[in-house]
Amino acid sequence: MATESTTMRNIYLDHNATTPVHPEVLEAMLPYFSRKFGNASSMHSSGREAKAALEDARAGCARILGCRDSEIVFTSGGTESDNYAVKGAAFANRNRGKHVITSPIEHHAVSVSCEFLEKEGFGVTYLPVDSQGIVDPDQLRKSLRPDTTLVTIMHANNETGVIQDVKELVRIAHEAGALFHTDAVQTTGKIAYSISELGCDLLSISAHKLYGPKGVGLLFIKSGTKIQAWNQGGGHERGRRAGTENVAGIAGLTRALEIAARDMAKETAKLNSLTTRFYERLRECVPDIHINGSLEKRVPNTLNISFKGVEGEAMILSLDMKGISVSSGSACTSGTTQASHVLIAMGLPGELAHGSVRFSFGRSNSEEDIDYVVDIVAQEVQRLRNISPLYTKSGN
Amino acid sequence: MENKSFPYSELVMEHFSNPRNMGEIENASAVGNAGNPNCGDLMRLYLKIEDGIIIDAKFKTFGCGAAIASSSMLTEMLKGKRLEDALKISNQAVADALGGLPPVKIHCSVMAEEALKAAMEDYEKRKNS
Repeated sequence: MATESTTMRNIYLDHNATTPVHPEVLEAMLPYFSRKFGNASSMHSSGREAKAALEDARAGCARILGCRDSEIVFTSGGTESDNYAVKGAAFANRNRGKHVITSPIEHHAVSVSCEFLEKEGFGVTYLPVDSQGIVDPDQLRKSLRPDTTLVTIMHANNETGVIQDVKELVRIAHEAGALFHTDAVQTTGKIAYSISELGCDLLSISAHKLYGPKGVGLLFIKSGTKIQAWNQGGGHERGRRAGTENVAGIAGLTRALEIAARDMAKETAKLNSLTTRFYERLRECVPDIHINGSLEKRVPNTLNISFKGVEGEAMILSLDMKGISVSSGSACTSGTTQASHVLIAMGLPGELAHGSVRFSFGRSNSEEDIDYVVDIVAQEVQRLRNISPLYTKSGN
Repeated sequence: MENKSFPYSELVMEHFSNPRNMGEIENASAVGNAGNPNCGDLMRLYLKIEDGIIIDAKFKTFGCGAAIASSSMLTEMLKGKRLEDALKISNQAVADALGGLPPVKIHCSVMAEEALKAAMEDYEKRKNS
């Protein structure tokens, strides 16, 4: 964020990890913490007030996403939605078949759920992606089997921002009678889409990636989809997800979706201009950089860049010391020394995959920030390349 | 940075920000490599040895903060040491000198020890050829 501190500028370029809560979102949430604190399951007026807020929110979300109110189940976030979709659909349909198809670039919430299914005796096929990070629809067609019940492929990737042709992939899966789930955590709020247009059966959303609060999300479940409830208990969410509804969070998620839809054109234009400026200036100032993933089929805020001869974590530490927040690989895996599974699946050599940095821009970033960050990145890349035995200047 | 959630000690960050003895030695008495760029790290250690004493040590490293700090610390520990004493420097000694490393980063200090051993082998080889 472009807030000026006394000692150092702080510039947040990690919006794919999380975003600050928008002031209008916070305002929409506040009444539900103490004044309108009711439990939406209670009969009395306080409960009915909460229930009304919950159903208003559901209608608001459905309107923006292009689905019916009854098709929305509120959850604790993207990870829960993914777990519910993948395990719930696979288990509910296991009498029909025990084969699931996915990609090697999924978020861990999906990929680890698929690994769980494998341990439970399901077969899982991992479709390859090309060097641009894209799943070939023909590969899906070839991998579908009579016992395939579910295909789960993300809408846009969290590390590269690359967007899949979900509409086409859904069409192919449906031809073979398989359900389709997509993790839309990284596209929601960043690009305009309609669920009815995509045609998928299940779709995951998280609020905190679009200036909403942490700990809330939703799973779209198309009417008639066979899915087993994963969180069991009371009959909340029409028996599909037990647990007292997080009314404040849900009101926040809904407001965040409304704001994203309202400001989409303006924000997209701004983000496109910022990322283009960043990329062009960086290419002028820093030799031997590699953009990971398609530049065309990409959400407007994300750039994943490898700097030859420089390791990713070293870059993150260096930039952090200068007040710039970025990430490498997936934030969830930075405790390990594995190279990004996404970049490896795209065929990037290990050295470059270890040297990737994700810049994800957002509302608070300005052109001035971009110029400052380019200068600092150029300086730090040069410092680390001087230390590196793998980098020899090309040219002079 | 003083935050408890931060993985590195202040000393690690200091050596990462201002690495000591970074660079190459022309006509080095020994060079040792360790690590594998495919796995995200590579260290190259250069030693100048005279009369059984390491009179200069320099390094170049591709790797994370801990790898660069471990390399820097190792060269500091090596300078002025007799060869037989240098050989006793373990990865644990490097990690300890840095005020400790997070468990997932211990392999970075191991890389430093391996580069030292490789340099010593190189020195023996050069001496006998």
